Amino acid sequence: MTISPVGRLEGTVLPSPVLDVSGLTISYRDQSGTRTAVHGIDFSVAPGEVVALVGESGSGKSSTAQAIIGLLPENGRLESGSIRLNRQEIAGWPQKRLDGIRGSVISLVPQDPGNSLNPVKTIGKQVAEILIIHGKATGALADARAIELLERVGLNQPALRAKQYPHELSGGMKQRVLIAIAIALKPSLIIADEPTSALDVTVQKHILDLIDELRREYGTAVLLVTHDLGVAADRSDRLIVLRQGRIQEQGPTADILANPQSAYTQRLLADAPSLNIRQRRVAAVAKLTQGEADDIIIVEGLVQDFGLGGKDKGLRALDNVSFRVRRGTTHALVGESGSGKTTTIRTVAAFQKPTAGKVIVDGLDLSAPPRETLRLLRKKIQLVYQNPFGSLDPRQTIAGIVEEPLLNFEPMARAKRTEIVASTIEKVGLPLDVLQRRPHALSGGQRQRVAIARALVLDPQILILDEAVSALDVTVQAQILSLLDTLQRDLGLTYLFVSHDLAVVRQISDTVSVLNGGKIVESGAVEEVFEHPQSAYTRELIDAIPGKKYPLHASRPISTNSGNI
Amino acid sequence: MTILDTAERHRNIDSPNPLDWISPAPAAEVAIRVPAKARSYPIRIQPGLVLACIILAIALLWAVAPGLFTSYDPVQGLPGQQLKAPSVLHFLGTDALGRDLYARLVYGAVHSLSGAIAAVAIGLFVGTALGVVAGSVGGWIDEVIMRLVDVLLSIPVLLLSLSIIILLGFGTVNAAIAVGFTSIASFARLVRSEVVSVRRSEYVEAAFGSGGTFFKVLWRHVLPNSLTSVIAFTALQVGSAILQLSTLGFLGYGAPPPTPEWGLLIAEGRNYIATAWWLTAAPGIVVVLVVLSVNRVSQAIGRAQQ
Repeated sequence: MTISPVGRLEGTVLPSPVLDVSGLTISYRDQSGTRTAVHGIDFSVAPGEVVALVGESGSGKSSTAQAIIGLLPENGRLESGSIRLNRQEIAGWPQKRLDGIRGSVISLVPQDPGNSLNPVKTIGKQVAEILIIHGKATGALADARAIELLERVGLNQPALRAKQYPHELSGGMKQRVLIAIAIALKPSLIIADEPTSALDVTVQKHILDLIDELRREYGTAVLLVTHDLGVAADRSDRLIVLRQGRIQEQGPTADILANPQSAYTQRLLADAPSLNIRQRRVAAVAKLTQGEADDIIIVEGLVQDFGLGGKDKGLRALDNVSFRVRRGTTHALVGESGSGKTTTIRTVAAFQKPTAGKVIVDGLDLSAPPRETLRLLRKKIQLVYQNPFGSLDPRQTIAGIVEEPLLNFEPMARAKRTEIVASTIEKVGLPLDVLQRRPHALSGGQRQRVAIARALVLDPQILILDEAVSALDVTVQAQILSLLDTLQRDLGLTYLFVSHDLAVVRQISDTVSVLNGGKIVESGAVEEVFEHPQSAYTRELIDAIPGKKYPLHASRPISTNSGNI
Repeated sequence: MTILDTAERHRNIDSPNPLDWISPAPAAEVAIRVPAKARSYPIRIQPGLVLACIILAIALLWAVAPGLFTSYDPVQGLPGQQLKAPSVLHFLGTDALGRDLYARLVYGAVHSLSGAIAAVAIGLFVGTALGVVAGSVGGWIDEVIMRLVDVLLSIPVLLLSLSIIILLGFGTVNAAIAVGFTSIASFARLVRSEVVSVRRSEYVEAAFGSGGTFFKVLWRHVLPNSLTSVIAFTALQVGSAILQLSTLGFLGYGAPPPTPEWGLLIAEGRNYIATAWWLTAAPGIVVVLVVLSVNRVSQAIGRAQQ
């Protein structure tokens, strides 16, 4: 093998890049013929450099990463272009030959740690495997090296962990194991494909810190593929903005953020909540502090236990949770996975009965709801789910989906129903011709608008938004947030907004409760909580928000959904 | 769009099937790649599938209009024409009573096919009803139904259908009921598993959340979305029902002579296998071809649905 890892470099720039891609064109074959996903892009990665490939879904960033490491899906094809790794052309190499460099010269940190480890092998064996495959160590020596590597990536008790199976590890720990495998042979380039998208924000920070640290130590170059501009801004030296398979802009990260040239980059930057943290929301209710308290949602001492198979020891998902939401405002529930935010909203939406405590929604007590209360409640409170692909019945037309809630209450003439459906669809900014289509014919953002229309058709007072923008691209996310803001102002809606994304929460909510392990650790006005966090956990959460490295310039135009200040 | 989203695995929500995004990444990969292949099927001509469709079309025409295919009587024998070898006059030969075998096969199609369809209909309706109740109500009702289903599944199919025929008495209709009864368990199981997963989907919860009553949601969302995979299974069951009915006919538990039922034809020919092997072979081959064709078509339906 003529390719060898480059050594550590400190500030020196070698004339030859680790990776040099030019004229890369990738196409996919499908039922309607061949479509080009990447159109002749050129870029290079210098030794020890972090280059971020950013773009929205469909921009071709993952295709590019997969093509470099020779792992395009079966129907994908590298049409033309050259990929030079340490000056050697590897485009068009057969898989067998690529095996020799994969893992040793170029390695991959995959996106989803949950599915990237072999469930029937101990993690020690899986780390040792890479050493054995490349003939660097065998037997006990490989096992010992594996333990060293596990220690290096920050797993506590590495000798014990090495004997465990993937299911015994948390998501963050699994990602550390995958990083250990990626760095085992000190490759010259690591491709990190959305390495933290499946992880909580605090875990994300630790993993990115680890990649950064290892990069410094080994002088490895990193190609970071991400949809999160905040992460890219914080972690990369250079930024490549992709859109529909073409490079929109590339250059040093600081330059692009300070002075974006292409209109697309400008819009991306304006729409990324994590980069626009200084933006302030204008309270939807003008006189927030005046008048008598008009709390539309009151949760007091809420406890929720889940029995495990009838055993006496149940799981306490919520422990003494209390908060109040004023009519016409947005209250956010934030926390990491397992913190109880979903349990809370499911109780407020009366999908489950609380074990103890009081929930009052617009005067209706949900602790012991009779059937009729429940039906009344359904007209007042509606839920919008995270995933617009799962929350719409694939077999119904959009008209059928939006109309359905109306059919559940008092009978209404067909013409009246059609009229209400049409006006609701217009309210959420969709053209009327979507009515006859089915969900699969719409984009993610359009589907989420349909989900919002279905929620609004009953004229509710409260919308519960369960991570309602988390699955969307940033520009679409900004549009939906702006739509929600407009609707709130026009219809006087109250939002209960659940999110793990603190940057979004800061942008759209008035008050916030921070949940951790089923308890509220902090709550209050958004500005108060974000500016002066009282608990250590809140501080940690806020510190973990990416995108702090390059603060927003005051001169940059402020995005659509907020007014001044 | 689908293809690019294959690449963008962090957005694994673009699968048309709501089940695919429930367990994130691997499901998305499978869900997206498979349809890409499956959808290309209509473009590529599959000779096997075409042949299967032709065979089924002929069998159906035999059942609907047997007179178009033969001028002989399937029941009345021709004097002096017993046990003739295949020839231009009787191109599959004649049996011991001088009846044209080809005519008997053509006229027998209606018995085998209608019996199979009736049997599958029984299994489909009863099985689906049990599966939907078990899957949607849950609790002890689910337990009771599914344990009964387990019991049914544990009894060998032939033994079960023979016992039912002995209880009900011989005859075409009773044979169909017996065969249908044996498929209730498999239908119930399949439907229950589909219902359970559809019930957990967000659009069902959303339907309840917008004030939907249990039966409305069941009828509007759960049932239509659960039944897609049942359609392919139904087609497959038609094939095995034909086979089972023929087995019962062969054993003498089905239609009584002189009905030209296919299984019965094989049984009648069996006595002359040394001298007139075609009397056994021809109906046997017809059964095999029809069952294989049904299987092939059901496989195509299954793939198209994915």
